[in-house]
Amino acid sequence: MKASKAIIKCLEKENVDILFGYPGGAVLPLYEALRESDIKHVLVRNEQSLVHYASGYAREKNRTGVCIATSGPGATNTITGIATAYLDSIPIVIITGQVNTELIGTDAFQEADIKGATEPFTKHNYLVKNAEDIPRIIKEAFFIANSGRKGPVLVDIPRNVQEAEITFKYPEKVDILGYKPTFKGHAGQIKRIINKIKASKKPVIYAGGGIILADARTELREFAEMTGIPVINSLMGIGGMSQESTLYAGIVGSHGYQYSNEIIARTDLLITIGARMSNRAAAGFSKLNPNIEFIHIDIDPAEIGKNVEFTLPIVGDAKLILQALIEKDLHMDFSQWLEEIEEIRNIYPVSLEMQPGCIKMNPKEIINELSLEMKDDSCLVADVGQNQIWSALYFKVFGERKFITSGGLGTMAYSLPAAAGMKMANPERQVVNVMGDGSFQMCLGELAVVRENNIGIKIILINNTKLGMVRGLQHDCYGKDNYFGVDLEFQVNFVKLAEAYSIKGYEVEDMESFRKVLHEVLENDEPCLIQCNVDPNFRTF
Amino acid sequence: MKRYVLSLLVENNSGVLSRIAGLFARRCFNIDSLTVGTTEDETLSRMTIVVIGDEQILEQIKKQLNKLIEVIKVIELTPNESISRELVFIKVKADNSTRSNIIEISNIFRANIVDVAHDSLILELTGGPDKIGAFMKLMEPFGVLEFIRSGATGLQRGSTVLNETK
Repeated sequence: MKASKAIIKCLEKENVDILFGYPGGAVLPLYEALRESDIKHVLVRNEQSLVHYASGYAREKNRTGVCIATSGPGATNTITGIATAYLDSIPIVIITGQVNTELIGTDAFQEADIKGATEPFTKHNYLVKNAEDIPRIIKEAFFIANSGRKGPVLVDIPRNVQEAEITFKYPEKVDILGYKPTFKGHAGQIKRIINKIKASKKPVIYAGGGIILADARTELREFAEMTGIPVINSLMGIGGMSQESTLYAGIVGSHGYQYSNEIIARTDLLITIGARMSNRAAAGFSKLNPNIEFIHIDIDPAEIGKNVEFTLPIVGDAKLILQALIEKDLHMDFSQWLEEIEEIRNIYPVSLEMQPGCIKMNPKEIINELSLEMKDDSCLVADVGQNQIWSALYFKVFGERKFITSGGLGTMAYSLPAAAGMKMANPERQVVNVMGDGSFQMCLGELAVVRENNIGIKIILINNTKLGMVRGLQHDCYGKDNYFGVDLEFQVNFVKLAEAYSIKGYEVEDMESFRKVLHEVLENDEPCLIQCNVDPNFRTF
Repeated sequence: MKRYVLSLLVENNSGVLSRIAGLFARRCFNIDSLTVGTTEDETLSRMTIVVIGDEQILEQIKKQLNKLIEVIKVIELTPNESISRELVFIKVKADNSTRSNIIEISNIFRANIVDVAHDSLILELTGGPDKIGAFMKLMEPFGVLEFIRSGATGLQRGSTVLNETK
């Protein structure tokens, strides 16, 4: 069998149903094999968006997303997407074409050392030199991507290797000497956690994206309710705890709720699950009392003790560890602490107030309206910038709702392709994409993909003709009106632009028209764009 | 800051060295020396890496190395439970008036003379950092033209082996 055919066969064995790609010379054999396969190929418009589509797909299905790019510029264009997936631990397999083996190292046409280039932000990567290794390598790639701490894996395959003849046999099992993730938590440590909780007066569970990746939402809620411990989320952890629960205590971090940061500052036991204590999230932790007890539960041993010193570490899968904790059947009464939390909430209320002096629309209200109108099993995909923070803070996630964003790398233009990838993975889900006019202009071409494939995402474009987040930072760091390089001066007619792609566009400037339009578009499953005009001086907080 | 010696068992793939060196650079860990060579099993290589840091840095280095798929095992070679040596070649100025002096010191250190020219000598010495340091110091007054150090390489004492599959 031709190796190219074997590659596609491997993908079929891995139950890949959709593949995002952009062809080129070095993947011609692969595309020829793909032509004869039942796998749906989605032709994107720029490789920069390619990995984000796969990321949206992966985050919807909790399965590995797959994409293909050609050698050289095709491959290098995927780097931002790969780094984005790496920092958010999203399982993706990226297959890139490479120049013929005999040309590697000669600076051949469209040659780039993508294996070397992606070493820092792939969980693992391969350059396939021997075609017979293909089935094993692809099997390993899928296994590595979606086990342990998940992440992107790149497989670089020279064109002549794709054309070689091999005997195809897909391995049943994977055996990698140096890769044996720990899943089950240490029994002794589980017992110690229980004892720490018993001794605590003001415990808090700090739950990160690991809860969602480990599919441990039910377990988290059960454990929190059983023990009566409040739960705070990180940005990536949003959705891990139902926001309708009385134990939900907000979002922590430099862009979180003030009340949540205050709760963290007063806790005596912080039970961190699947969060990596990044500089943005753990900013509020500096106020912590030095005698606090830290428990850190993480699948990745390297995260433990990396940023914060912990008193009690436990390595393993969040779902399995939570199950083990639930088995201990610990019922506690922290009502006094919960009352104190209620008081803190009242001191630092979350307000939807319009910023005084601003005209046009209130972005907080826009998100609140989405929260009220969107279905209980919908998803909001937020981009990066002010829109991300507003979305995170004012969109309520409960039930089967989801919230996804590029949390770690903060990649602008993540949301549109990710939303499209998600909607393709699950057409039943209502997917709303919130982005700013800066991000939108980075990935315009993808509108064609949305139209072509009838992907019914709703794009809420928060248009303030500025790079609002950076502008706000300039204001904070360098003083009032000291702005530079943040004006998107030319006012694009986004409605006309959407219409150029046969996507229905709306422009609104007041809440009443927004409500009307939103109500109308949420009734159907057609893609659309709603341009919401917001005052450039509207600050993030 | 202390000096730690790590011994690694890794898959003998092309690119594994760059992956490990890249990790140190990327995470700002200080590498003092790195040696690599084949093992009794040709699919595996062994590395000895000397790092400078504190306990916390060492812990992170070990964890980050273990995360690499091609790294099979990482252990610390502690001074008491392991042996580690380094090879050094020193080219030193030597004429009729100094040659015998240099040879005398070399004999005390059990250094070998591996090259003799009318105005220089190349000396070969194996040992730990203290011995090599002391020898270099004694050679300095004669005029060291150049030297090369191999970096440390080491093994655990006793019958314990790194490759447990054996």
